[in-house]
Amino acid sequence: MSPSVPLQEMIRAIRSARTQCEERGVIQRECAAIRAQFRQTDNGGRSHNLAKLLYVHMLGYPAHFGQMECVRMIASPRYSEKRVGYLGAMMLLDEKQDASLLITNSIKNDLSHSNQYVQSLALCTLACMGSAEMCRDLAPEIDRLLRSSNSYIKKKAALCAVHIVRKVHDLGELFVPSARSLLSEKNHGVLHGAVVLITELCERSPETLERFRKTVPDLVQIMKGLVISGYSPDHDVAGVSDPFLQVRILRLLRILGRNNEAASDAMNDLLAQVATNTDSTKTVGNAVLYETVLTVLDIKSESGLRVLAVNILGRFLLNNDRNIRYIAMTSLQKIVSTDHNAVQRHRGTIVDCLKDQDASVKRRALELSLALVSASNIRSMMKELLIFLSSCPPELRAQAASGIFNAAERYAPSKRWHIDTILHVLTTAGGDVRDETVPNLIQLITNTSELHCYTVHKLYRALFTDISQQPLVQVACWCIGEYGDLLLKGECQETEAVQVTEDDVLDALEIVLQSHMSTPTTRGFALTATMKLSTRITDNVDRIRSIVSIYGSCIDVELQQRAVEYNALFKKYDHMRAAVLERMPVIQKNSLGQTNGELSEEPMKESQPGKVKQEETALPPQPAGQVVDLLDLLGGSQEPLQPGSSVGGSASTQLTAAPSSAGGDLLDLLGGFEPTPLAPAPTVTVYEKNGVTLTLSCEQQSESGLTVTLTASNSTDSDISGFTLQAAVPKSVQLQMRAPSRDSLPAHGGAKLTQLVVLNNPNKVNLKMRIRVSYTCQGSVVQDMVQVDSFPGL
Amino acid sequence: MVEVRLLISSDGNTVQLFMMQFMLLFSRQGKLRLQKWYVPLSDKEKKKITRELVQTVLARKPKMCSFLEWRDLKIVYKRYASLYFCCAIEDQDNELITLEIIHRYVELLDKYFGSVCELDIIFNFEKAYFILDEFLLGGEAQETSKKNVLKAIEQADLLQEGILGKTPHNMSPALVTATPSEYKWFQVGVERRKLKRQQLPELYCPNEVRTF
Repeated sequence: MSPSVPLQEMIRAIRSARTQCEERGVIQRECAAIRAQFRQTDNGGRSHNLAKLLYVHMLGYPAHFGQMECVRMIASPRYSEKRVGYLGAMMLLDEKQDASLLITNSIKNDLSHSNQYVQSLALCTLACMGSAEMCRDLAPEIDRLLRSSNSYIKKKAALCAVHIVRKVHDLGELFVPSARSLLSEKNHGVLHGAVVLITELCERSPETLERFRKTVPDLVQIMKGLVISGYSPDHDVAGVSDPFLQVRILRLLRILGRNNEAASDAMNDLLAQVATNTDSTKTVGNAVLYETVLTVLDIKSESGLRVLAVNILGRFLLNNDRNIRYIAMTSLQKIVSTDHNAVQRHRGTIVDCLKDQDASVKRRALELSLALVSASNIRSMMKELLIFLSSCPPELRAQAASGIFNAAERYAPSKRWHIDTILHVLTTAGGDVRDETVPNLIQLITNTSELHCYTVHKLYRALFTDISQQPLVQVACWCIGEYGDLLLKGECQETEAVQVTEDDVLDALEIVLQSHMSTPTTRGFALTATMKLSTRITDNVDRIRSIVSIYGSCIDVELQQRAVEYNALFKKYDHMRAAVLERMPVIQKNSLGQTNGELSEEPMKESQPGKVKQEETALPPQPAGQVVDLLDLLGGSQEPLQPGSSVGGSASTQLTAAPSSAGGDLLDLLGGFEPTPLAPAPTVTVYEKNGVTLTLSCEQQSESGLTVTLTASNSTDSDISGFTLQAAVPKSVQLQMRAPSRDSLPAHGGAKLTQLVVLNNPNKVNLKMRIRVSYTCQGSVVQDMVQVDSFPGL
Repeated sequence: MVEVRLLISSDGNTVQLFMMQFMLLFSRQGKLRLQKWYVPLSDKEKKKITRELVQTVLARKPKMCSFLEWRDLKIVYKRYASLYFCCAIEDQDNELITLEIIHRYVELLDKYFGSVCELDIIFNFEKAYFILDEFLLGGEAQETSKKNVLKAIEQADLLQEGILGKTPHNMSPALVTATPSEYKWFQVGVERRKLKRQQLPELYCPNEVRTF
């Protein structure tokens, strides 16, 4: 067939463009020419123009203006134009385009054309892009063609029917009789099409499946003919006679034999024959063997046949061709639960595949290895899996780590082995483990009381080796906090003891606290651990106190809040400290889950009463009034807290600036007191400008504690919004600002704004406060500063 | 998103479906040479899939497995000289036979063009499509005999030329190709191109009629 010169010239021109810009220019010119030509009436070059457009479309440029031209060309009497027109329809039109409906009529006409090649074009297009409506319209035509005498058309009609059935499931009924009769054809193409059609019909409807079960003997006959008969040059591929047909028949047999004893029996011999006679040195033979194996494993085959199938898979595993190994493992994965012992025999080869270069093979090997782990081989398998973990590609790490954890949990021969394994994983792939690993591990350690000493020693050492693996560091900190006294005792039965002093331990924790690699969660762990040690060690309690108080002004809100509350524990509730920080009881797995569940609900509840949304710039620390993790860890005491109080989540949630009217909940729970501003307190006006007045009153709460109440009001004619106060105090004074009662001041003193500030002045310095006022009035932002040097009532 | 077609049959079991969803041919630089889609997708989705898949396949090293899992499909690909042939099949399909389908298509192209190379497919892309459409229909193989496919294409070509009814040239019986080994396209293609460049400035002589 002579090449299309105009098309090739255009292609050459496009390819010789040196830059993308140049190419675009050429294409634009060509498209303009094509569009002009489309508008002209019939000229000889129509098919060339459309072909050019299709090329441009393949390069990625828009070509929808060609859709109507396709429709026109399909209706043309010239075969050359039809051919390109249909090609265009398949490329540019799909069922989502409206124009596709326009070709339905042309297709209908062409399906009854006298020339089979025209019919073929119509069938091909319908099977490629026919929409549901088109399929419904044309199904009777297709059924008629299925009964024609022309094999060329019959085979295409069969596949077209497959497409129709996929699009409109109900039409399957229509094709059942013709499909049945097609099985007696001799032509391989027609047979192949018939088998595909029957497969599709049986998949869609169990009744049809029942009816077609009767064809099993015929199918067996056909297969036998293919396998046993001599060399047939037309259909032979490397010694296998028509592998495509064989594979499809095997697939159909699988569907028919599934869950049916009689049908499975009828095909037993054949399958054995195919399995033994097919030449497995070439890929094509292996393709047929593969399909045979899949069929044998899926139907109710007798045990001898199953063993044969699994052995074939075993042979595949040893094949040099990586593709074959890959599919062997895929198939073994499917049967590992049912034929576990058979697959176990090949465990060695599978484990070797873990070392393969190819990532797909590795993945399969990993899945299969994890499935093959059992109580008897756990130690050796785990060794292999851990070696794999250290060198596996990053995308498989998470899967490998979680698989190892599951296996360890189910089959751990001893607790110590379990803990060792988990630690090993954390050191190798700490970054890829799931979040619940840390609490799970902590729970495991808590429950293994005989190994506390061993565990804490191991973790302490691990901490020094690598401080970057966050889960490991978190668990290590927790353990040191809980079992630090065992560490300091300096003796351990299971492993070599470290000789550490209290300072060393605190140093270690401080390193974690200060390391830039530590996430906020990890720091939280470290801080809590430091605090816990205050009851476990004797000499360095002051050091702990100072560490804790430093973090009272940390930028991270979570840490800050913890530090402040621990500080409170030191100062006001020292008598309770030992009780609060004592050794953790054994955690029940359920309650740990529940705890997290409850607590994570609370932040949602809290956000509903709209007190939450306040944009406070973080100059002074905010007491978010959230419950400290101490509450989590106390295990039993999960009474829902008072509705007004906000219950924060566990370590990972960081609620920013969530003010609540009920103050520090920890204090509440310990039956503490609510610092309330006393009404008759001397007030002094500290700021008065532009109609905005700020008054201050204060009240001494304790020897060093002071509560200051700031009240703001607006006497102007316009509303004020976004009113915020910030306060700064001398260094040694601690300051906490409670949430303001509102953030806007209506005009004419409609409402007042109150904000509480709690100060702690342990060093009794001269108290001064600098207050910054900022608000928006009439669209403009106002900021002002005032210094308060003397406090009334002091 | 490419639709995942998993049926739940009336007895509650998921039903296996076998289907080729699309076939792509692209060069080592990632340029698309042929795309055949058997599922309805918008142009944008097609472009996105093409882009991602091409990137994924081109990143594979030479000795790696021909199969990969991508999204929820299986991708079977094979490289012939400078072209990657890439098919997307469903989860339950037989990958090895898909490799055979790819190989059969390459053989057909080779027979038609005579030691085909990438340039043939670029400059005669519409013929590559016609050949594919004569071999696969709706994603399934329609004719398992190489000879018959080539005969049909030849007849269709003659019809297009307007030479209806003439007896076709004697076609030599389809030779059974040795093994699905690598076609030495590249060497042959290069030699042929060099030869052509020496003899003719352009790749094709417009008046030359292909005979096979």
